[in-house]
Amino acid sequence: MDFANLGLFNQAIILFAALALLTSFLMLAQARMLPLIFTFAWQGFLLATVTVLVAIVTGHSDLYVSALLTFALKVIVIPWLLYRLSVRLEMQYNAEEIAHPSLLLIAGVVLVIFSYFVAKSIINLSGLATRNIIAVSIAIELLGMLLMCVRKSAVAQVIGFMSMESGIFFAASVSAYGMPLIVELGVAFDILVASILFGVFFFHLRDSFGSLDVGQYNHLSEANETDTPDDRATVPATGGHA
Amino acid sequence: MTLLEATLLAPLAGGLILAIIGHRPVAGWINIAVGAVTFGASLAMALDVFDHGPQLSPSRMFYIDAFNVYLVVLTAFVGLTTSIFSRPYMRHEVEKGRVTDRRLRLYHSMYQCFLFSMLLALSTNNLGVLWVAMEMATLTTVLLVSLYRTPEAIEAAWKYFILCGVGIAQALFGTVLIYFAAESKLGADRDDTLLWTVLHSSAGGALDPAVITLAFVFLLVGYGTKVGLVPLHNWLPDAHSEGPTPMSAVLSGLLLNVALYALVRVKMLVDASLQTHLAGYLMMGFGLLSFTVAGLFLHRQHDVKRMFSYSSIEHMGLITFGFGLGGPLATYGALLHMTVHSLTKSAIFVTVGHACQLAGTQRIDQIRGLIRTQPAIGWGLLLGVVSIAGFPPFGVFISEFLLLVATMKSWPWLTIPLLIGFGVAFAGLFRHMQKMVFGEPPPGQRPVQANMIPVIIHLVLVLFLGLMIPNFLSRWFEQATLLISGASLL
Repeated sequence: MDFANLGLFNQAIILFAALALLTSFLMLAQARMLPLIFTFAWQGFLLATVTVLVAIVTGHSDLYVSALLTFALKVIVIPWLLYRLSVRLEMQYNAEEIAHPSLLLIAGVVLVIFSYFVAKSIINLSGLATRNIIAVSIAIELLGMLLMCVRKSAVAQVIGFMSMESGIFFAASVSAYGMPLIVELGVAFDILVASILFGVFFFHLRDSFGSLDVGQYNHLSEANETDTPDDRATVPATGGHA
Repeated sequence: MTLLEATLLAPLAGGLILAIIGHRPVAGWINIAVGAVTFGASLAMALDVFDHGPQLSPSRMFYIDAFNVYLVVLTAFVGLTTSIFSRPYMRHEVEKGRVTDRRLRLYHSMYQCFLFSMLLALSTNNLGVLWVAMEMATLTTVLLVSLYRTPEAIEAAWKYFILCGVGIAQALFGTVLIYFAAESKLGADRDDTLLWTVLHSSAGGALDPAVITLAFVFLLVGYGTKVGLVPLHNWLPDAHSEGPTPMSAVLSGLLLNVALYALVRVKMLVDASLQTHLAGYLMMGFGLLSFTVAGLFLHRQHDVKRMFSYSSIEHMGLITFGFGLGGPLATYGALLHMTVHSLTKSAIFVTVGHACQLAGTQRIDQIRGLIRTQPAIGWGLLLGVVSIAGFPPFGVFISEFLLLVATMKSWPWLTIPLLIGFGVAFAGLFRHMQKMVFGEPPPGQRPVQANMIPVIIHLVLVLFLGLMIPNFLSRWFEQATLLISGASLL
């Protein structure tokens, strides 16, 4: 890959995309709630920046809309919602324990290499910058999934989910110069509704389980049901908090 | 195309009206009325398509052909009959205090929004909108699954939300990749490269095979999660068992079909551009795995709704396998099986809903003697299970037989696991059903107010489809078969 021959804008695109990938790693290792939310917002900011840069380079004015959507949702609305929720749930200073942090980061590196390997198969299709960006967006998506798998806190899982979504949205806007407007708006609407619903669920989860630690939610596993056949029947059907 | 618009707008408007009306007793009736309007409009539209062939709306946003028209009608129909069942059922739940007035409003509104999102997913021509509608279906049903607000319901809804959210995100990535492949071939300045009709007409060898293969893997994982394919099925039994029963009926009977529809649509594109059988092999593998594993899981269930949701996984696995086999016979069988499965399964869930209200629990070992306490429910469950297990003369037998014959033709040795799977699933269903229907009723068990009309209609239709397939339906299936497999059955 001959980066030096690229134009200045293309180099900047790759630089910012790499920084966005770095924020994924930061999130993976960040145990504290508030910095995690802020890192997520930074990632959104970097992705929006790359989208604007691509819009300038390629002259696709649709991409400004994508960048605006990313900025509005991923930098302002969702981080703000999560921040407000974590304050209301009094968990903004919580830090959860991450098991095997170094192993986790190595797994992240493996995923990035895998993403580049996958992106290699589309080598014939497009230029150097696009190819790198596709690899980065696959990596951001997979790292978001990894974050969801290893974290036990529901808030961290939501951040992983949203990070995945950002990665995909980024791939769409940069590699294919933006999806049709109606699709982008639809996707943004769905994400917005999902983030509000997640917020509602935080309260339900806390009311039902007393914490947002997903590891405690095990009423419904197959094994549990065979071990204690009677406790399901005895759970009263409460009609309490609506 | 006004009939299609009516089909789509009726549930959307219904969702809004029901949100305003709230919990008043009339809401249940309005829910039924909206369902009836939707069904009527969809039926009229189907007749129109039957007369004039596939239709593309002027804006090219919607496309109705032989494949999705019958699914639209089926969705509207099951939506209607389930709303008929849901009115007395939800009233009973309110009386028992499991559902408050506010949540009843939420339930009715979300029920119609859910139907809207499924109809939109079926009728849209845009793969991106298809994804948006599938995600919307997830969001609306999450609210329905958590309706009872018990810890189990909240946990099930959270699991459903997270798993389907992650799954469907993969499908979005697959859609992006398809878009990427299409733009590199067709030019980036067009805004119609995500339209299925455009993609399908230009797919023949035009789209980059590497990107399309990658896209299909993502789409299979994504929509496969919603279909409930093993090993992505974990959310399904939980969501079915903890939500209100009318929702289980529409989830099992309709949503799984819609997800599979999305997958098959994509497969048609992939087959055309790859010229290999890769997509089919993947679907066969996942389908057979789901079929086998779910059949085994039937045996160790303690919750009746959980058991029937595993049965749904099993049947969706079989249908996926059928579409994966390809060829006109298997495709025809799979299309027929989609229909009869959703009719039968929604009838079973309606019956099971009444049975659970009768026994006051969902635990299989506490539901006893249905046929003695309330013969209608007992017979309904018995006939439903007989039908879903694939006994003649019900329609499920015909479609399973077609799939078996198709397998025997192209992959003879795969008939062995299929036959074993049928046997295992049959045993799993009957060992539980037999005691529930014929066992000794516990003292003091009283009949409940039950509306068995939806069950009777569904089972009579399935029986009818087992005896003969009406001309218009077989013509649709043939056209759809031609469309999907590229060859005619006759």
